[in-house]
Amino acid sequence: MNMTKEIEIAEVRKITELVKDQFDYDFSQYALSSFRRRIARILELHHIESVDGLLDRLSSESHYFQEFLSEVTVNVTEMFRDYSFWTALKDDVFQRLSKSDLSKIKIWHAGCSSGEEVFSMCILLKEAGLLDRVEIIATDIDRRVISNAKKGLYMTKNMEVNKKNYQSFNPNGDFDQYCTYGKDGVQMDLSLLDNVTFRTHNMITGIQNDTFHLVLCRNVLIYFNQALQNKALKIIHQSMEKNGFLAIGSKESLLWCEYFSKFETISNEEKIFRKIKV
Amino acid sequence: MKVEHSAPIKAIVIGGSAGSFPVMTRLLRELPADFKYPILLTLHRLKHVRNGFKEALSIKSKLKIVEPVDKQSITPGTVFLAPANYHMCIELGKTISLSTEPLVNNSRPAIDLTFSTASYVYKQGLLAILLSGANKDGAYGMKTVKSRSGLTIVQDPKACVIDTMPQAALAETEIDYVLNVEEIINFLKNLDRGD
Repeated sequence: MNMTKEIEIAEVRKITELVKDQFDYDFSQYALSSFRRRIARILELHHIESVDGLLDRLSSESHYFQEFLSEVTVNVTEMFRDYSFWTALKDDVFQRLSKSDLSKIKIWHAGCSSGEEVFSMCILLKEAGLLDRVEIIATDIDRRVISNAKKGLYMTKNMEVNKKNYQSFNPNGDFDQYCTYGKDGVQMDLSLLDNVTFRTHNMITGIQNDTFHLVLCRNVLIYFNQALQNKALKIIHQSMEKNGFLAIGSKESLLWCEYFSKFETISNEEKIFRKIKV
Repeated sequence: MKVEHSAPIKAIVIGGSAGSFPVMTRLLRELPADFKYPILLTLHRLKHVRNGFKEALSIKSKLKIVEPVDKQSITPGTVFLAPANYHMCIELGKTISLSTEPLVNNSRPAIDLTFSTASYVYKQGLLAILLSGANKDGAYGMKTVKSRSGLTIVQDPKACVIDTMPQAALAETEIDYVLNVEEIINFLKNLDRGD
């Protein structure tokens, strides 16, 4: 590892204050250690000497903030990450939702990044014969990753792990039927996204006009501190239907959140919960 | 062996890769059940196998081993094992934060991240131990520990299954102690007795 610059807490504060004032994005409650690393990474990537240089660039170049935003948020994801989670989603969640008389099963994918989990979801639903019964809203704070997600074009080198994960999820399935290998990368079958709407959206400040039967928010809350996690769960809770399901990352916890008492645990191992109180 | 260090140790970080698993099981077998320090343990492991590793380490261990969830508090006498496919970092409030950031040194969890974030929090109160391994992960971490006046130990390269990792740390930083497994165990036991 080559991390030449350690970012001080005072410098983090300068950055979050400027970003809040000028762009109305609030990173002041992000988990500190990862946020400091992201800043160090931006300095290195964009060849900026110091935090003062970064502040300068943010305030003087109007287009730079979008680049900053793309780098400061973590966009590492893979299809069918934790295949046992997707199995539980199929068996414990969709089993129940499919039996309901809902005309549309509404799903919110919060923090969808470059779309790998959206495709995972759509493949799962297609195989379960449920794809035409759902309405999926996929959101992310970063406009760029949303535009990548819509394209569904992924680097060939990342496909190996996606395919391997899928194979663990469905040993009898044929992943290649969902994509085409080309020289620019691997193109996912875009008809999988027929019932998906992508939106740029800040889950903390943005308003969600709808309520959902399932919310997926996996490995998003780990970048928040506990105060912000608490706030996020409140917002998620408000955008859920009663008896709706919530799925978070396999090593995330909501135990210390105020609103956690309004949920029951469906699977602790796979971190699937159900809203039982409004 | 007498432990010479200017400040009381508050936490221990241990990192290892290829060849470190038998060292760790032996170490955990020897440490007493009332060992008072938290151990933050980052071992390279298969990314997509979530279960079984903690269980295998636990068989002979008298200490409780947990794979922490995000924001879990660090408590004494517990081994916190970095979960598969997550980086394990330490936050100022002595809690653990997990992250899915890109691989570091081709690894997730990466030893460098656990060590460097722990040294930021515990400063001179941190003891860092780097074991056998086949890549250079941990070398930067050891450097940060040393630069914040923490205590550093590497497993004696001569006694390692694969010595790349301790050698990389030795090349990067002046390491306080180069010890074989037996000596590391004694070191930790003496530490616990407050000698």
